[in-house]
Amino acid sequence: MTDMPMSNPVSGATKGTLMQPDARTRRRNAAEKRFRIYGATAIGIAVLALVVLLFTIFRDGSGAFRQTYLAIPVELNAQVLDPKGNRDPGEMSKVLTLGYGKVLDAAVEATVARENIQIEGLTEAEIKGLISKDASAQVRSRVLADPELVGQTIEVDVLANGRVDGYFKGRVTLASAERDNNTSPQQLMLADELRDRGLMVTRFNWHFLSNPDASDQRPEAAGVGVAILGSLYMMLVVLFLAVPIGVAASIYLEEFAPKNRWTDVIEVNISNLAAVPSIVFGILGLAAFINFAGLPQSAPIVGGLVLTLMTLPTIIISTRAALKAVPPSIRDAALGVGASKMQSVFHHVLPLAMPGILTGTIIGLAQALGETAPLLLIGMVAFVKNFPASPPEGLFDPASALPVQIYNWTQRSDPAFIERASGAIIVLLIFLFCMNLLAIYLRRKFERRW
Amino acid sequence: MSTVKFTVSALALIAASATAAAARDQVQVSGSSTVLPYATIVAEVFGENTDFPVPVVESGGTGGGLQKFCEGVGENTIDIANASRPIKDAERETCTANGVTDIMEVRIGYDGIVFANTVDGPDFAYTPADWFNALSAKVVVDGKMADNTAAKWSDVNPELPEQDILAFVPGTKHGTREVFEEKVILAGCEESGALEVFTAELGDEDAAEEACMTLRTDGKSVDIDGDYTETLARIGSSPNGIGVFGLSFYENNTDKLKVGTISGVTPSTETIASGEYPVSRPLFFYVKKAHIGEIAGLKEFVEFFVSDELAGPDGPLAEYGLVSDPELAATQEAVANETTMQ
Repeated sequence: MTDMPMSNPVSGATKGTLMQPDARTRRRNAAEKRFRIYGATAIGIAVLALVVLLFTIFRDGSGAFRQTYLAIPVELNAQVLDPKGNRDPGEMSKVLTLGYGKVLDAAVEATVARENIQIEGLTEAEIKGLISKDASAQVRSRVLADPELVGQTIEVDVLANGRVDGYFKGRVTLASAERDNNTSPQQLMLADELRDRGLMVTRFNWHFLSNPDASDQRPEAAGVGVAILGSLYMMLVVLFLAVPIGVAASIYLEEFAPKNRWTDVIEVNISNLAAVPSIVFGILGLAAFINFAGLPQSAPIVGGLVLTLMTLPTIIISTRAALKAVPPSIRDAALGVGASKMQSVFHHVLPLAMPGILTGTIIGLAQALGETAPLLLIGMVAFVKNFPASPPEGLFDPASALPVQIYNWTQRSDPAFIERASGAIIVLLIFLFCMNLLAIYLRRKFERRW
Repeated sequence: MSTVKFTVSALALIAASATAAAARDQVQVSGSSTVLPYATIVAEVFGENTDFPVPVVESGGTGGGLQKFCEGVGENTIDIANASRPIKDAERETCTANGVTDIMEVRIGYDGIVFANTVDGPDFAYTPADWFNALSAKVVVDGKMADNTAAKWSDVNPELPEQDILAFVPGTKHGTREVFEEKVILAGCEESGALEVFTAELGDEDAAEEACMTLRTDGKSVDIDGDYTETLARIGSSPNGIGVFGLSFYENNTDKLKVGTISGVTPSTETIASGEYPVSRPLFFYVKKAHIGEIAGLKEFVEFFVSDELAGPDGPLAEYGLVSDPELAATQEAVANETTMQ
């Protein structure tokens, strides 16, 4: 009150009106401005980190979606491929891919000779090394499927060797080839000549999405087909187990269960489980599902079960939050007009909580999709080449998973696999992006406001 | 907690009822990450050329693989464990305790361990003694055991380049570490005469060997617990670094790495096969004999692995960097007869 005379209209006209901020207001305004700058900086750093991450991944990984092929005529020498001459696939299958490799080597050499390409210092091994080792398997399966092809000359599109492919993508240069034991500048010049003649082309690589993994010697043939299928199977298992169990558990806990010491203990434990490191669920999975229940190793069913256990707490917590967010007046109104407790929950509360439950479920699934650690212990971090059968039997066949494939490829010695790993990260990111987009869409579509 | 318990048992029940029909029809392999690339190459070619499915090959390290291998006999245990060192007695005992008694040991070839720096760096010509004097925690100074203070390679040996000592060595969980310690550091300790000095001072040869193989902890020697790709990345970021690699990894990255010689010998499949290059080790895999006949394609896979077409000197494994075994014929015979370890 002693300050009152200070703020009389007469002195206020000279200094300290609302139009002219005093020192304290200026300090307050400055503090607010600073806080906004801090916030904007924090967002800026996060965005910058994201941009750098995405930029490096797309720069390294975009190459995986393009692949170099060589179109050559191959003369299927009957003496090599069908020594008995009876065109019996059983007999012919005794000729291994190594035999077909020789036929292909001859075909590449013939092509180079026919095109009349002369390069100083080009060796025979460098010409043969132009094509992928995968080519012989490709031709062999084609011939065994149609034995009448033997003796004819067929046109085939074979994969180019990983180094040659890397040259067209800029990963390998003439300077690095000089020091590289697996290629040479001469080989790359030959590849240039073939490209100028239109025999060697780099085009979009659908096979990256459909092919299975390949061994260290043929990175150019590796794809994420088995991994996508394995991840899909695991997500199916998680969807069919975690969602019903999780939603049922949370409805009971939230709406029906008495509030006593037991439910408190359960609640604390669920929150704890949500924070347990995921590898612990892998250990549990190994003990419970493989050693005790006798399920097969490396199978998507076990992976799915482990991921189910891992996502359950997330789904329960988000479902309970969604149920809690429904105003009590809705329940009271339903009960007031004579609905039973169950009717009020299923007819009124659950539909209103649905967007929240769906969002929580999809986020839980997305988390499970990107998980590697628990799969390590149940044998899914493996080289799997065969596609699993269709479900339900396929759930018991060995399969890989997308994050596992990325992890595996980053450990391979051939640098071409780094490109593949980044490509697989792009595929995984697209999946996650679509799932999160779906979550946002569902929330917008079903959201109710009171 | 009880929700989860209930869930586990419910899930296990659902799952168990569904498994009865599913019998395993592919070979399962686990173990050493050094053997992994060879095993995947063989698995791939095996799948292409036979009617059997492609074996599933996991990597879990030699120790991890043998642990899984020794868990027991039966369809939900693995058939083959890859190893970059021979099986230990303790592991054999675990195996026996769990009923895994008849084990076939198959040696597939040899693998060299090489030392490489960045391709733009200087040339190195080491001896094992140089590595001992550069990396061991204790060295001999004026005839006495003393802490290692060498900072540059030229301090260790005037003929080496004047470059800061920084070595990326495999972590202790790797089979490669053991070979590095025994064939390089310990050999260097003996060669330089430090072992005698240590034995005299410590009064016990075992303790002296232990002292030889203890690496310095002042940041000059860095343990890499990941794979060779991690070592390569570390060399990329610190050009002074020298990494310990497997020969096949080096062979696939010759455009980024420059290999050093040991006692004047350049590592290659030829010098390792002839025994001139001193740092090499055999690679193995172990097979459960009880699974032969139970798991379709197991014996065929093992025979295919050691056949001349694959493991021979002109096969794809040698091309990838494996030093083929001169006694491959004996191995093939042992596999054909299903000879087990004694």
